[in-house]
Amino acid sequence: MNFDFNDDQKMLKDQARKFLSEKCTTKTVRGVFEGNHHYDQALWKQVAEMGWMGTAIPEEFGGLGLGYLELCVIAEEMGRALAPVPFSSTVYLFAEAVLIAGTEEQKKKYLPKVAAGEIIGTFARAEAPGAVLPKTIRTTFKNGKLNGKKIAVVDGPIADVAVVLAQTGEGERGLQLCIVDLKGAGVKRTDCITLDASRGHSDIEFKDVSAEPLGKAGEGWADMQRILDRAAILMAFEQVGGADVCLAMAKDYALNRYAFGRPIASFQAIKHKLADMYVGNELARSNAYYGAWALHTGAHELPLAAAAARVSATQAFDYASKENIQTHGGIGFTWQMDCHFYYKRAKETGLVLGPQRAWKQKLVTELEHSNA
Amino acid sequence: MDFEDSPEEAAFRKEVRAWLDANARKLTGKREIDPEDMENGAANEMAASKAWQKTKAKAGYARITWPKGMGGMGGTPMQSIIFGQEESKYDVAGGGPFAIGLGMCIPTLMAYGDEEAKKRYVWPAVQGDEIWCQLFSEPAGGSDVANLRTKAEKNADGTWTINGSKIWTTGAQFSDYGIILTRTDPNVPKHKGLTMFYINMKQPGVDIRPIKQASGGSGFNEIFFTDIKVPDNQRLGAVGQGWTVALTTLMHERLAVGGGQGGGLDVPQLMQLARTLELEDGPAIKNAAVREKIADWYVRSAGLRYTTMRTMTALSRGQQPGPEASIAKIVVASKLQDLSAFAMDLEGEAGILSGSEAPMGGMFQGGWLSSPGLRIAGGTDEILRNIIAERVLGLPGDIRVDKDVPFNKIPTGR
Ligand SMILES: Cc1cc2nc3c(=O)[nH]c(=O)nc-3n(C[C@H](O)[C@H](O)[C@H](O)COP(=O)(O)OP(=O)(O)OC[C@H]3O[C@@H](n4cnc5c(N)ncnc54)[C@H](O)[C@@H]3O)c2cc1C
Repeated sequence: MNFDFNDDQKMLKDQARKFLSEKCTTKTVRGVFEGNHHYDQALWKQVAEMGWMGTAIPEEFGGLGLGYLELCVIAEEMGRALAPVPFSSTVYLFAEAVLIAGTEEQKKKYLPKVAAGEIIGTFARAEAPGAVLPKTIRTTFKNGKLNGKKIAVVDGPIADVAVVLAQTGEGERGLQLCIVDLKGAGVKRTDCITLDASRGHSDIEFKDVSAEPLGKAGEGWADMQRILDRAAILMAFEQVGGADVCLAMAKDYALNRYAFGRPIASFQAIKHKLADMYVGNELARSNAYYGAWALHTGAHELPLAAAAARVSATQAFDYASKENIQTHGGIGFTWQMDCHFYYKRAKETGLVLGPQRAWKQKLVTELEHSNA
Repeated sequence: MDFEDSPEEAAFRKEVRAWLDANARKLTGKREIDPEDMENGAANEMAASKAWQKTKAKAGYARITWPKGMGGMGGTPMQSIIFGQEESKYDVAGGGPFAIGLGMCIPTLMAYGDEEAKKRYVWPAVQGDEIWCQLFSEPAGGSDVANLRTKAEKNADGTWTINGSKIWTTGAQFSDYGIILTRTDPNVPKHKGLTMFYINMKQPGVDIRPIKQASGGSGFNEIFFTDIKVPDNQRLGAVGQGWTVALTTLMHERLAVGGGQGGGLDVPQLMQLARTLELEDGPAIKNAAVREKIADWYVRSAGLRYTTMRTMTALSRGQQPGPEASIAKIVVASKLQDLSAFAMDLEGEAGILSGSEAPMGGMFQGGWLSSPGLRIAGGTDEILRNIIAERVLGLPGDIRVDKDVPFNKIPTGR
């Protein structure tokens, strides 16, 4: 039994934590929240210099060729630091999409640029509030031209390229992914006002925009599921990282805040709350580890592992971030304290790849298959 | 990261499989969930349990981690887990009746008993010939067990006389021996006046009365001690050191009362039920609300399962398991209660039936009935949260108003 990261991976994690604790404090996060940029450009450059974007990209495409376990440990640290950079959309979504569905040529064209930090990528799927379903996709991809509108695309304001889910005919069988240059003619981006201002979002309109197919027509829906599964596992590590910081903050505050002549950490209502956070975080971490194993080995359990990691991590981060505010009392509800950054990031990470509700349905579908 | 055995572990697993093949029959289908077993700790298969325990003991598999000559084989915790995994694939009787004795009482005896006592008691317990119980809780306190009143007084001849009563003692009705925590000095603060003994449960003056549980069965008992005589060599630890000795027992209890409980009732059974039921809007298994609940419980079960793997990894590397080992019972007990209640709600008006009349042999009703006990036994949900908060997270202990007060001056309630 060896269900843990190895020493090299732990060393990488320590390095990442050290690096981020210097380069990405909550001041950095606040800077993006309060400024008018959509990300921290200096940090993004430094992360690129570390080569992290290429962690799981094979060497032949300019990456470090380390692997997914290594990417998981970095993801956890990015999550802890609330890093205000387009890492998840570029690496977990865009690069994974190219790796999964791209041709050799497309891999050569895009992956080295991702690894070098030269392009920012994202993934655009939703078109309206509510569930994303084959029938809700109205954006068309016909004769090499993309037409339609996507909403609340994460890192939309700053992305160079996007993978877009579009309709080539009708229903699920008509869906296809394509890659589009967001700087090209006919692309109109409108910044969105969102809850988590440390991550930019925009609506994107396409009018006769040239795009290239990614994967086959008719396989867009299945391709997207595979990409989302992989991204969900990596995102679960970010969520677990964030949730652990919430517990540490709550604990630190509770030990030092006095009420009724004693530390509030000595009140059971607070102790039990923190114990529950701990239980939730540990369960989420264990589910995320199983996801990491599935990602690393390409096990056929991957979709189930992904859904479990996603649901568990979303629940843990939600709980830890809201009860962290509660533990802080009035000061926790101020803009000046950092608590709200985690509360908002928990929501952002919990919605960006699709909501808990949808992942729970998917989880049970996978269970039904595995029992059949 | 992988789930593979190390070469040594694989070799051990092979050896265990060969031994099991030679000594037991493989399970064909799934193991049946018997609601009765859930509440009696499988005591109704006593004869079969004893026989299987003896077979294992002879081969050294009954207490793998204990030293040779003490009923074990000097093996590792990992080997013990491997044996458990393999054993669960065979149709053999459970070790429920021995869990308390071997999990808590005998380890305490091994830590504090003299050589003669170890020689006399360890092997018969390992073999399942003698059963032990834990006599700690009293009407005056279970969580606050140090508040106990059972009195031990020293006689002129050096022996002790014990008077008082214990309650909630699991398995006392078929136990041969028990470890008992007593008060030997009421004039000092409560933790300081305690002393531990082991006693013969069959001796005169021990009156054991099974208590009927809310669930209908009688797993636990009330016991009255009237002038029972105990020789001084049955004392475990020094006079007044009983609390320290009890902490050894309770530490073992936390390891013993782990995630294995809940009778195996979990998401697969709930899904099985949901496949057979029709709700207002179609099959239960297709109902979105039902599916969300299934997912909620699944991530908790899976989270625990992989937490156990992390613990095993630590053990396999020769490290101490991390604090993650302490979360199992909180998660399992509440899940059992909530999941069973939800299943009964799905069953509709038939949910009130129990036993073989009820859907799926009444397993959910059985789980629902036994779950309140599981949330209390071996440390309540609240006490376990205190333990996580204090020992894992390092938060302050509760304020103890009785800390420096002599026991006989502590206020009592009803
Ligand atoms: C099925 C079963 C089997 C058992 N088997 C045994 C056995 O073999 N041997 C044995 O010695 N005992 C046994 N017990 C007893 C068990 O250990 C106690 O019932 C348990 O520790 C609770 O103690 P109590 O019943 O006195 O309840 P109390 O301690 O009075 O608790 C009542 C309520 O108060 C809460 N509470 C108490 N103190 C605190 C605190 N400090 N902070 C927050 N909340 C608190 C509890 O959580 C609980 O909700 C068994 C119990 C059950 C249900």
